[in-house]
Amino acid sequence: MKISMIKELLEADIVCGEENLGNHVYSACGSDMMSDVLAFVKDQAVLLTGLVNSQVIRTAEMMDMVCVVLVRSKLPTPEMIELAKESGIVLLSSKKRMYDACGILYTNGLVGNKLRS
Amino acid sequence: MSDLLTFHFDVDGDDFTSAGQASVQIKKNLRQLGISPDTIRRVSIAMYEGEINMVIHAGGGEADVSVSEDQVIIVLKDQGPGIPNIEQAMQEGFSTAPDAIRSLGFGAGMGLPNMKRYTDFMNIESEVGKGTTITMKVNI
Repeated sequence: MKISMIKELLEADIVCGEENLGNHVYSACGSDMMSDVLAFVKDQAVLLTGLVNSQVIRTAEMMDMVCVVLVRSKLPTPEMIELAKESGIVLLSSKKRMYDACGILYTNGLVGNKLRS
Repeated sequence: MSDLLTFHFDVDGDDFTSAGQASVQIKKNLRQLGISPDTIRRVSIAMYEGEINMVIHAGGGEADVSVSEDQVIIVLKDQGPGIPNIEQAMQEGFSTAPDAIRSLGFGAGMGLPNMKRYTDFMNIESEVGKGTTITMKVNI
């Protein structure tokens, strides 16, 4: 799925990374707990979260993720925007709640992935 | 003997926002060295978790990374409170992090187990009241 499709499906605003909207992604995950993302996520390219602090972007960067979606109308901090720009991560903000946002993407073909054993 | 490339970082313990800077830098350095993405990811996640731990529990510390032909060695050293029971600290889900840290998305008791999971070798030396030194190795 193209990141631009995620933006469309979640009726999201682009915060930064517009130049990378054409990139394709194949899986996603949703979590407010960065510890769990670092522990269990493998090869997911999109992170949906309601958490707002700079470690969200750092976690995404460590996991080689290319898109972060802030759910529940959360707005990023200036530091988050700066870090996302530096690492080329597309940052989106959506009014959808976490459960709905994940469900919409899943039913449109953006699946999760196997848990790391 | 093969040449070693070494990197040193001071990890600031006062600012949770800046935690992870050393790991981001190491990730860039390893990328420049042409090391495989999977190895880079394992090194940077393990180091990032360690860095976060130093900021949460120990008021910061030092990180030293050396890269040889066949492995990356990460040494994280702090003068924090030490770990009284390492076996317990290694259990997934065991955490002594304050609630304020949990509200920031960390402190789920996954840090140390995760560091072990992503590395080929991990050793913890810790003395209560003196500090902790963690050595991790990732084979290239």
